[in-house]
Amino acid sequence: MCMTMKLHFDVSGEDFTRAGEASGKVKSKLKQLGIAPDAVRRVAIALYEGEINLVIHAGGGEIDVEISPENIKMTLSDKGPGIADVEKAMTEGFSTATENIRSLGFGAGMGLPNMKKYSDEMKIDTKIGEGTTIFMQINL
Amino acid sequence: MTIRDITQILSAEVICGEEHLEKEVHNACGSDMMSDVLAFVKDQSLLITGLCNPQVIRTAEMMDIICICFVRGKAPDEAMVELARERGIVLMATKMRMFTACGVLYEKGLGGGTDQCV
Ligand SMILES: Nc1ncnc2c1ncn2[C@@H]1O[C@H](COP(=O)(O)OP(=O)(O)O)[C@@H](O)[C@H]1O
Ligand SMILES: [Mg+2]
Repeated sequence: MCMTMKLHFDVSGEDFTRAGEASGKVKSKLKQLGIAPDAVRRVAIALYEGEINLVIHAGGGEIDVEISPENIKMTLSDKGPGIADVEKAMTEGFSTATENIRSLGFGAGMGLPNMKKYSDEMKIDTKIGEGTTIFMQINL
Repeated sequence: MTIRDITQILSAEVICGEEHLEKEVHNACGSDMMSDVLAFVKDQSLLITGLCNPQVIRTAEMMDIICICFVRGKAPDEAMVELARERGIVLMATKMRMFTACGVLYEKGLGGGTDQCV
């Protein structure tokens, strides 16, 4: 692979059962390209956490993935409510998830910390009432 | 132990993935919170859970978990079974409760992998 490959996904905010479809597709693509298993797994977990957040916190959004020989870049953007206090949101265990979301197995407040842990670079741009864009990079 | 051994120890019914029953499982985790599985699981290849929705299959997919056992007789729907089948993930169900299912497997030598969270 000597070129950059770009993948784009629209993530529906309506359908919780479909959350993870994009991350699953990215994972199989990376496997198919022969990317190292450890990197594939880090991308899969970080992206899945981000995708779940799009669905449960932002009413859906978009995912763009760029795969090059050097790295994998992921951008998740939404027009949701935005994050009031990013530092707080990054704290392990902090969550505004409802009881309903918890009963679905999510909302432990580990998503953003996990995304940070598994990526080599992470940036959050957010504005209340306008939305959130999260960039993550994993180096190969 | 193999996945087949696990089905016998748990008196579990195999729902899909019969062709993978000879695969080896060394470590397991038990949780109803997929958030915790994503945050703390490392190389466990069996997930024991009382949660029954498609995100359980998705979580297993991301974590390279090859086998899911539903406790308390929870039954996945057709869409979940299809999702698991496509990914080569074995699904089984036992009538045991979480504590008992984990306990009997541990007693038979199945480990929890990394014992403490870091
Ligand atoms: N895309 C997003 N839009 C708005 N708020 C978000 C978004 N992602 C995360 N958050 C906020 O950050 C908090 C922490 O996120 P996270 O660590 O993934 O935990 P959890 O999803 O379990 O609540 C969420 O509870 C939510 O308040
Ligand atoms: Mg989250």
